[in-house]
Amino acid sequence: MAQTRREMLLDPLVDNNPITLQVLGICSALAVTSSLKVALVMTIAVTLVTAFSSMFISVLRNQIPSSIRIIVQMVIIASLVILVDQVLKAYAFEISKTLSVFVGLIITNCIVMGRAEAFAMKNPPVASFIDGIGNGLGYGFILMLVGFFRELFGAGSLFGVTILETVNNGGWYVPNGLLLLPPSAFFVIGLLIWAFRTWKPEQVEEREHKIQVVEAH
Amino acid sequence: MSEQTNKGVIRRFLEASPDSTGKTLFVAVVLCLCASMIVSAAAVALRPTQEANKLKDKQINILQVAGLYEPGVNVTEAFGASFEPRVLELATGRFTDQFDVAEFDDRAAADDPATSIKLDYDPASIGRQSKYMTVYLLKDAAGAVDKVILPLHGYGLWSTLYGFIAVEENGNDIFGLQFYSHAETPGLGAEVDNPRWKAQWKGKRLRDNSGELQITVAKTAPAAGKEFHVDALSGATLTSAGVDNLVRFWMGETGYAPFLANLKAGDI
Repeated sequence: MAQTRREMLLDPLVDNNPITLQVLGICSALAVTSSLKVALVMTIAVTLVTAFSSMFISVLRNQIPSSIRIIVQMVIIASLVILVDQVLKAYAFEISKTLSVFVGLIITNCIVMGRAEAFAMKNPPVASFIDGIGNGLGYGFILMLVGFFRELFGAGSLFGVTILETVNNGGWYVPNGLLLLPPSAFFVIGLLIWAFRTWKPEQVEEREHKIQVVEAH
Repeated sequence: MSEQTNKGVIRRFLEASPDSTGKTLFVAVVLCLCASMIVSAAAVALRPTQEANKLKDKQINILQVAGLYEPGVNVTEAFGASFEPRVLELATGRFTDQFDVAEFDDRAAADDPATSIKLDYDPASIGRQSKYMTVYLLKDAAGAVDKVILPLHGYGLWSTLYGFIAVEENGNDIFGLQFYSHAETPGLGAEVDNPRWKAQWKGKRLRDNSGELQITVAKTAPAAGKEFHVDALSGATLTSAGVDNLVRFWMGETGYAPFLANLKAGDI
């Protein structure tokens, strides 16, 4: 493994970001970014689940029969997700109500499965744990960025604290209601990918198809 | 000696190819057992805290539907000071003292054949209905009933919606409606939690002057008039229909109608 631990942790933030480069985990990124508080809790939950599932899978990697390896990974991930869900219900009831089904859907988050299959099955536990933390944070970094724009311009607040006084409450700011709806996250993520690739042109993929000039028959 | 053999067995096992049938089965069984034990241990250990949260959430919702909730208040205290919970017998519309209010559980009662009936007419799709429900009386300073908070539930699109309706002391004017538990589609059906939608319920009437139940959740106002109409949620036809059904069911004869009639007559 040529990567140092530092690289494992920091690479997924920008250079190998699971959302903007690998385009994984988009579904939940649309759903939970309408407010920063929810996005933060989701970030923590996904980071913990990715880190610990990668670690446990890595510990067992030499014992996991290849014919049932995906199911084994799913069992470990699902158990951790249920654990997170139970803890949230006990200690963060309001937030668990807002997150509702999305905590359960961490099980199907491609990032968790992706890291388990691509990294944890081939690497030692500590490295896998750090890789999981890194990818969870990379996911969370984008979540927080998207959440920042959506909450600030959609509701005029950050973490529930009013920044731009909205017209409804007697202020001057007319909130952009579209930003509170899930599709707006597509626009924000799209713009982020554009920004990232302008900043780091090496992230731009080769074109698969080129428009060719063909002589008329 | 035996330890030596043991070690040998374990080592041989660990070094065996993970792809053999025996090992595949073994890994699957052991993993499932471990995972299920961890999950159930967490569920059991955290249950009391979760229950306490649910109770508090229910009390907050009752305070909210009665328009008494302010962020930061001590919920248990505010709830205890304002509301008098009573167990109501639905068929007669009278309070009953045969159950301890603090212990009585509507949902458990609905599952118990002794305290529930199987519904033939069941628009709210609840299957069995408890014969007794816990209702909450909000009294004014003079001790007269100001509002009653009635629990109701019914099926929407994906889930059973559990909520409360607050009715004024005349037994006919709605003060508010609020659901505290449901799993409808976020952004569409889950908009039943939207304050702007909920605000519509305030001031609507259940029955017209002839006593006919007229309240409805629909796209267009019924012939009876706007004071009986709550606009349906756009993009959530089935959730809206579910809310319509459950409100009409619980406000009807099989629901709280006898109690509301008593309340109107000032005789409870």
